[in-house]
Order: sequence, then structure tokens, then C-alpha cells
Amino acid sequence: MSAVAIISIFTLAVFVGFEVVSKVSSTLHTPLMSGANAIHGVILVGAIIVADHSTTNLELGLAVAAIILATINMVGGFVVTDRMLEMFKGKK
Amino acid sequence: MSRTIYDLIGLFAGVCFILALKGLSHPKTARRGNKIGAIGATIATLVVFFYANEGSSLPLNNLGWILGAIAVGALVGVPAARKVQMTQMPQLVALFNGVGGGAAALVAIVEYLHLGDTATTAEVIFTVFTVIVGCVSFSGSVITFMKLQELMTTRPVVFPGGRFVIAGTLAAVLGVAVWVVTALGTTPLLVLAALSLLFGVLFVLPVGGADVPIVISLLNAFTGLTVAASGYVLNSVLLIIAGTLVGASGTILTRLMAEAMGRSLFGTLFGAFTAKPQDTSGVAEDRPVRSGSPDDVAILLNYARRVVIVPGFGLAVAQAQHTVRELADLMISKGIDVAYGIHPVAGRMPGHMNVLLAEANVPYDQLLEMDEVNPTFGQTDVAIVIGANDVVNPAAQNTPGCPIYGMPILEVSNAANVIFLKRSMRPGFAGIENELLYDPKTMLLFGDAKASLTKVVSALKAL
Repeated sequence: MSAVAIISIFTLAVFVGFEVVSKVSSTLHTPLMSGANAIHGVILVGAIIVADHSTTNLELGLAVAAIILATINMVGGFVVTDRMLEMFKGKK
Repeated sequence: MSRTIYDLIGLFAGVCFILALKGLSHPKTARRGNKIGAIGATIATLVVFFYANEGSSLPLNNLGWILGAIAVGALVGVPAARKVQMTQMPQLVALFNGVGGGAAALVAIVEYLHLGDTATTAEVIFTVFTVIVGCVSFSGSVITFMKLQELMTTRPVVFPGGRFVIAGTLAAVLGVAVWVVTALGTTPLLVLAALSLLFGVLFVLPVGGADVPIVISLLNAFTGLTVAASGYVLNSVLLIIAGTLVGASGTILTRLMAEAMGRSLFGTLFGAFTAKPQDTSGVAEDRPVRSGSPDDVAILLNYARRVVIVPGFGLAVAQAQHTVRELADLMISKGIDVAYGIHPVAGRMPGHMNVLLAEANVPYDQLLEMDEVNPTFGQTDVAIVIGANDVVNPAAQNTPGCPIYGMPILEVSNAANVIFLKRSMRPGFAGIENELLYDPKTMLLFGDAKASLTKVVSALKAL
């Protein structure tokens, strides 16, 4: 991928990120933070990629640790966010 | 699977994340938003197993290790998220964020070891960035976890000359970063990781109680950026989009939270560099307070026309949300006008009280936000403060220089009577004395919030 393409994607994503959360009631600050936290758990994808091409035991060991941590981040993050939001059901 | 299809599926997952963040911004769509995010993350993870990277083939190498590690992570993460109590959610989010940052740093280190001499300068720079920020996020989050879990003091930890130590550590981190970029090699990178972990600890230690949630949000945004940087090194569009989204939205969210608390974001971030040891001795605490019995409280409530309940962290700790609702229903049945005054950051996190009271099915229209409830305290006969302290502390309005000065508060002191349900005279999370406790119109009812409320309910029923 060219550097310009990457910079373009990055820049547009920054603006989208700013826009989608510009007006949020303080009630939702915590669940929103928790949800965003779960989303960066996709580093799991990166961890799997590096585990795939690990050639030494050191690389594989670190990659396995990364997968475990990333899975905790992603799966735990979405579950805990859902639990927070469960409390809002049945509301107007 | 071709690279094009793989990248398009990555783009689809990226769109899921945008919709997730958008959904999470509104109460009606929040839960659906979270589910869309989870679907996006699941698709993104599954598709990796069907795409062979350059020089690799399917099935993935080390597949058993990969699947085993995912199983271990899920076995740790899901029960933790399921079993955690409402009061402890903030620290769990901090911990999840920390392990995410740690994962990003590890991924960067492994990729660096793998690339060896073939790494381009740009790749090394992004690797260095990920290692620094990921390690800071990891160790910083662990410290915020310990503060919120009260495994260590919640007050700012400041030692003489601390800011020089912090500035020195930062300078060392940057110096070693340059060393890694110019010299390459594993040792400099590991030194960099160790120094960054140390800097994360030093960065968060001076942050005081009330600012901890803001720091969690900030570290969350940091982790997002590390994921984006990993995306560059690993040539993954998805990681760039997802990481940047979290970095950008996390930054805005951090600012919103700081505004809701009346804190200066700059002051919070650079508190580490400017903090001076505080005079924590405070005033002598031997002044008289007026403490009452549950009966006294019940009588006061029985003859009130309007009562405002102000919940705080103590309510969450005591799990008293159902009992407080019982008390409110009883008062309403006696014709008393009852409302809840919700401070945006009551508890340990913004929205903490709304979540807790919603669990007890408190009607939504009884929950008043700060701006709505403040003008009504003048017509309020009794304000019951349950386990809250800093959010009603007049010091925020009249004591320039105190750590919470400038934070908007619930002006309960304008009510005719104020009742505090407290466990002890211990100050709130920010560690500041509350003058209101010594006010002649204040009555204190000591004890666990749930036990106290239960007694008040039965006393009120007997009247």
C-alpha cells in the first residue's frame, strides 16, 4: 500500500472518529469508552498474523501471549459493555 | 482468498466499528451498536484464518497455538466480564484496556524480531511508537486499576523531585527510541520497553482520585493509536481504520469527560510534570457534627414536600439501589415529591449512577441531571446524600486551589435540610474535607448505606 493511501485512510478515519462521538450524553460516557476499548481488541488480528509467521520459540511465545491478552481485551470488552447497556433496556 | 477480498472484508469490519461507535452514542441504539461492533470484530478475526500472507500458506502455521491462546483468553475474559460487580466495572475496563496495549506492544516486538535487518526506517519508527505507547498504556492502566480497586492510595502520589524523575524518564525513553531507530537490534528495543513501562507508572501515580477515569479514557485512545501503527507495519487496512477510530473518538471522549467534570485536560495530562507535594494535613477534624438516628431522618422526610436523593459511590458499594427505590416509592405514596439528582460523574465513572438505578427499575423521569436539579434545591425541603461527597462539596465553588475547584457540583447546600448517609467521616475519593458536613442544617446518619436506608424505610412506615 502506498504511503499516500495510508495517510488518506488515517486522516479520514480521524475525522470520522471525531464526528461519531461529538455529542454524547454523560450517561453514555462509560459504555462508549468500554465499547471503543473492546474495538481496539482487534489487535488480535495482528497477533494472529505474527503468530503465523513466527519462526523462533521466542517469537511464538511472545505472539501467543499477545493473542491471549488481545482476546481478553476484545471478548471481555464486548461482554462487559453489553452488561452495562443491559441496564438501559426497557427505557424510552 | 485473494488479497482484494481479504481487504474488502476488512473494510466491512471497519464500517461495523464506525456504526458501533455511532450506535453507542445514543441511549436507544447503544446496545445494538455494541453488538454490531462485536460482529465486526468476530468477522475480522475469522477471516484471518482463510487468508495466507505473503510467503505463508493455509492452514496458518502454529494453528494449534493460536486457537489454544484464543481459548485461554476467552476463558479469562468472559467470566471476568460476566461476574464483575457494577461497582468494579471501571477498573475492569482499565484492565482490559491495559492488556490491549500490552498486546499491541508484543505484536510490535515480535514483528520487529521477525523483520530483523529487512525492516524499513518507517516500519522501525512505527514499531518504536507502538512499543512506547503500548507499554505506557499497559503499566498506566495497571496503576489506575490498583487505584480504583483501592489496592493502593487513591490520592495523588507525589514525591519530592518527582517531576524531574518523570521528565528524566521521558527524555531517556526518547533517547533510547532514537537509539533503536539508528542502531537497530533487540537489546535497545527491550530497554525501550522497560523504560516505557516505568514511564507509564510514573505518569499515572501523580493523578488524583477524580481524574482517574479521564486517564483511563486517555490511555484507551493511546491504545487505539498503537493498533493503527501496528496496522501500518503489518500492512492491514482494518487495523489502521479500527485503531485510528478508537484513537480519535477516544480523544474526543476524554475531552467530553474532562468537561463534564470541570477538569482541565491539560492539567490532568501534565499534572505529572507540575504536581507539587500537597498539604494533606488539612484542618483539624475535631469540630462537632450533628448525627441523627434513622427515626430522626424518617420524621424529617415525613413532613417534607419535596425530597431530592443524591446518590454516590457509597450507594454502589452498599448495593443499596433497590432499597433507595423502596424509600422513594414509600415517600411518593405519602404524597412527597421525589427526584434523584444525578451528578454526571457521581460514582467512579460518568453514568455510573444511571446504570445502577436503572438496574433497580427507577423510572427514568425521576432521574434529573445536574442542570435540571440545581435550580430546584431552593424549593427542596430535604436533600438526602447517599454515599456521595466530592460531587456536593461546596469547596469546588469557594475554595480556589483545592483539587476539585471548578468542578460543577450539585448545590444541595441550598436545600432547607441536608442528610448525609455516610460510612464514616472519611473524605471522598478526591481526599478533600467537606465543609457541608459541619453545617448546622446537616444531619449525618452513619453506617452502611443499605442498612441505614432499610432502617429509615421501616421507621418511615411506622409513622
